[in-house]
Amino acid sequence: MSGTEPITAEEVDRLVEQIERDAGVGGYHLHPDADFVRGLVRGLAENERRYGYRSCPCRLSMGTKEADLDIICPCDYRDADLVDHGACYCALYVSADVKAGRTTVGSIPERRPPRAEREKARAGVTATPGVVGSLAFPVWRCSVCGYLCARDAPPLECPICRVGRERFARFI
Amino acid sequence: MQLVHVNGTDKGPVMLYALSTCGWCAKTRELLTDLGVAFDYIYVDLVGPEEQKEVIEAVERVNPSLSFPTVVIGEQTIVGFKEKELREAFT
Repeated sequence: MSGTEPITAEEVDRLVEQIERDAGVGGYHLHPDADFVRGLVRGLAENERRYGYRSCPCRLSMGTKEADLDIICPCDYRDADLVDHGACYCALYVSADVKAGRTTVGSIPERRPPRAEREKARAGVTATPGVVGSLAFPVWRCSVCGYLCARDAPPLECPICRVGRERFARFI
Repeated sequence: MQLVHVNGTDKGPVMLYALSTCGWCAKTRELLTDLGVAFDYIYVDLVGPEEQKEVIEAVERVNPSLSFPTVVIGEQTIVGFKEKELREAFT
């Protein structure tokens, strides 16, 4: 299942550096335990090699990008979990308080809906009717951070949280 | 990757459904090992597609959100790395 060569320590280091840099720019923080972070980032690298994208290391990938889109790191649930629990599901990302050691985090409940509900929700997605005709541009929403933009098509990359354009959905 | 048995004190059937890439799963496995109980674990992300379907159904029966780690101790199911609950289950 996994690649023939093991992920090297250097590869993990490089990826940690990149994720940490992007997190800092966006106002996010990584878990204060460096070894814990390295373990999760190694999992992300492993998943990228296995599936072709960085699927959440703490969730089971279904092996297709379409089915896993909401759990490609950073996942659609990160920001809500940071607000409610001070950490995302795998705890790669934590709040400023956790980062500073003022509070600690443990394993948190799974916010992602069960498989059957996700499939139903995906089938039912449609743009809001009514106001569309009165707008000069359609409005696109980033499913990870909620960034909205009014333009003909979503950006190649979210300018706020850096996820790819496939994470955008038509909002209005 | 299949079922792996870890030797220890027999406290009845203890099954850990885990992901090889998950930090909380690793912590759960370490805790069970430290507690010295006999248990089995399986890395659900590493089983072949045929068996994976069966394992997924087994997990969903006790934990419909199919999240990991899921520990089944006899009739009890503990979802997530719940250190206190796991320790209490073996006292």
